[in-house]
Amino acid sequence: MDRIADVWGPRTPHGRETDWPVRVDQQLADGIGESDVDRWVQSACVLCSNGCGCDIAVKDGRMVGVRGRAADIVNHGRLGPKGLFGSWQAHRTDRLTKPLIRRHGVLVETDWDTAMNEVVHRSQELLAESGPSSHGFYTSGQLFLEEYYTLGVIGKTGIGTPHMDGNTRLCTATAAAALKESFGSDGQPACHADIDLCDALFLFGHNMAATQTVMWARVLDRLAGPERPRVVVVDPRRTPVAESADVHLAPLPGTNQALLNGLLRAVIEHGWIDHDYIARHTLGFEELKSTVEPYTPEHVAEICRISPVDLLHAAEIFGTSRRVLSTVLQGFYQSHQATAASCQVNNLHLIRGMIGKPGGGVLQMNGQPTAQNTRETGADGDLPGFRNWDNEEHVRELARLWNVDPLTIPHWAPPTHAMQIWRYAEQGSIRFLWISATNPAVSLPELARIRDILRKEDLFVVVQDGFPTETTELADVVLPAALWGEKQGTFTNLSRVVHLSEQAVEPPGEARSDLDIFLDYASRMGFRDRDGDPLIKWKDAEGAFDAWRECSRGRPCDYTELTYEKLRGGSGIAWGPERLYADGHFPTAADYCEDYGHDLLTGATVTPTEYKAQRPDGRAFLKAAEYLPPHEQANAEYPFLCTTGRSVYHFHTRTKTGRSPELRRAAPEPWVEMSPEDAAELGFSDGDVVLVESERGSVEVPVRIGRCRGGVVFLPFHYGYWDVEPDGHQRAANELTRTEWDPVSKQPLYKISAVRIRRT
Amino acid sequence: MHLATYLGLLHTSLRTLAGAFREVAKGHGEEPDVRSTCEVLANRLDGQVEKLGPIVDRYGEHRESEPERLHAAEFEQTRGGAVGLLRDLQDLYALASFTDITWTVVGQAAQGLRDEELLNVVSSCEKDTARQLAWLKTRMKQSAPQALIAARG
Repeated sequence: MDRIADVWGPRTPHGRETDWPVRVDQQLADGIGESDVDRWVQSACVLCSNGCGCDIAVKDGRMVGVRGRAADIVNHGRLGPKGLFGSWQAHRTDRLTKPLIRRHGVLVETDWDTAMNEVVHRSQELLAESGPSSHGFYTSGQLFLEEYYTLGVIGKTGIGTPHMDGNTRLCTATAAAALKESFGSDGQPACHADIDLCDALFLFGHNMAATQTVMWARVLDRLAGPERPRVVVVDPRRTPVAESADVHLAPLPGTNQALLNGLLRAVIEHGWIDHDYIARHTLGFEELKSTVEPYTPEHVAEICRISPVDLLHAAEIFGTSRRVLSTVLQGFYQSHQATAASCQVNNLHLIRGMIGKPGGGVLQMNGQPTAQNTRETGADGDLPGFRNWDNEEHVRELARLWNVDPLTIPHWAPPTHAMQIWRYAEQGSIRFLWISATNPAVSLPELARIRDILRKEDLFVVVQDGFPTETTELADVVLPAALWGEKQGTFTNLSRVVHLSEQAVEPPGEARSDLDIFLDYASRMGFRDRDGDPLIKWKDAEGAFDAWRECSRGRPCDYTELTYEKLRGGSGIAWGPERLYADGHFPTAADYCEDYGHDLLTGATVTPTEYKAQRPDGRAFLKAAEYLPPHEQANAEYPFLCTTGRSVYHFHTRTKTGRSPELRRAAPEPWVEMSPEDAAELGFSDGDVVLVESERGSVEVPVRIGRCRGGVVFLPFHYGYWDVEPDGHQRAANELTRTEWDPVSKQPLYKISAVRIRRT
Repeated sequence: MHLATYLGLLHTSLRTLAGAFREVAKGHGEEPDVRSTCEVLANRLDGQVEKLGPIVDRYGEHRESEPERLHAAEFEQTRGGAVGLLRDLQDLYALASFTDITWTVVGQAAQGLRDEELLNVVSSCEKDTARQLAWLKTRMKQSAPQALIAARG
């Protein structure tokens, strides 16, 4: 079986309400048979947000393969191509094995003491000179829960800076924001098993076939079995998901809000709503109804350039299917009016009373494997345990837990989001930036600007990674980190399922786990609590997990029932019940909620007084917003709209997948995809090399004629410069993208850049 | 009846405020959220001016000649740097507060006149003015500590 060619593997069809059959996928290194394997070590895959349970094969102290865990509720034994080939192979090649330090403009090898002393010296110098706001921490969706929580405590009270965020800002900030706006707190309402139970599946801006291949295999098995669910897809490209759809809506990029208002209007007008549920469990129906009133099918069709008949057909499927499961991802999260449009998906479910029902619910998806933990633990722009920065009592709880003065925890405004952290670094008010497990020199918008910021003389940049990257090249200190399989820790997938990932092998050279690096920094900095004891009281992963369990106690993401022991053997375990909000009770009580919410058009925060006056008391918010035209529009000079996205064979900036021979061969180079009509008009054939230019920059790539709707082109975002000869910056999609973000979630808008295309 | 005087005042101050939001959007283009939100709010202010049109047609409007009385100060020029942004947002806040209370006063007159059309206009525009003030406050609260403590230059 060639799992590069057959991405989703063989079908195991099944009907509604029957168990998804087990199929165990396995990949071992060439020449290694099962009998050669010394031991199998329990883990879960970290190459997308699905979090498939797996075992790592170890022989002679090396990882030699991987196998899906049959008992795991997430994947029932399956693994995707990235998991099979990309998870373990890259550990052998091209790693950072010694700390590096910049001397006379050049990075040279050094020892841990020298590197860490330099970091601590600069840190203390700046704290003395201009205080905690000089420090920024930019982390990832790739570390383990224990590492994030430790980093969160270091940043939020050890240093006391509000400037902490993760690259989760680029991937799932809108999921978290939409959940908070509608339900009062982050936390995924639905679960994977809902795929087995639904009668209709809606995918909003979600090419599941490429982003979560094992999840899509689960859908394909329903589509191949009896009582096939109906499928509706919203995507400007004709993706494999769209090809399986009963209705494919391909709106112009930037018009999701108009489309969703149109769907809501149609569902309300036809009376496909649950009046009793709306009255008991929601707030804001009248305003929602009047806001969507102008969005007639004809009006929406004109804005989105879709067929009004298709729109009504989609609304009918939503309104009349017994159990509807919706998923939302980057086509919404990284586009114009991201949070507003994602909230409208929640609204569709709320007005049908279809949240937390078996087969009926919403999955506001994650992108990265451990993004949920960045959001839970406070390593990003949130407080730990889904606590509310604007709630004094929540801040006092944290201060009691950490035994510190509440004033040391910044809570005068929401913690600073990533795009603003980079702006402060650009302006020179942040002068210490610690980047862990992410590659902003390829993944952030408008790369020329990001490179300039990283090169700034007055910005001290620490980068912690497993591989040399485009970002480590621009660092002042590089810290070599252990990767998955080389350290222990837990992480939580898109449906709140927690897995323990055990250490299978030793890290290469002098590489250390991210947890050990953070603990070392904390100890060298001498962070203390109110009694003069060390602020961080744990020494290893399990100790950090236990500290986190205490921190989460009584909050929506309560981990107190989970232990390392319980997570060993069997399946991963979800925090909370299988589905949230089955009783229609939401975490919106003023003293409990994670956030008081925002105005969806501007991001203005709702004050505590205003929030309390609404008396939400467990009811969900039906937040409405009109459609606004996007700022970036196609025009005479730049006539196409460019969206970015992924290849099924790669993850992020290919640090791992680009080092797997099979995955590398499967998608070696970037390309630009366009519709046959647009290609014909410009006289391009498949493979012609063209220059794609925006106001910000350009890339030179071959044309692939295919899946886009007219007027829209697509670039994969994975490709940077680490594996090519240096010849300018003409490869990364983010040379073209724009520095702009959603007003509520602050997620950058990657899906809408005006470009022009010409032959080189 | 002095309502015409207040309608004139409102009309002028809405235009001044829209112009000021556009000025800040342009002057602080390197803060993308400021640029885009100010543009959105300016466009919505144009909508307020439009809604006021039929009311002005009915009551007429009287523009006050003495600028220091009943006249919103013109917005001068945007300032540079982090503190400059803060000050510009604060100026917008002052201008928006002026239109806010002017809408309130006009709304009171509308109640006295039992003018349902004007009452509807006031109620929809007051919501939007509250939105302007809330956003400005949110953005200033976010910027203030960094601008006042950590920013250099």
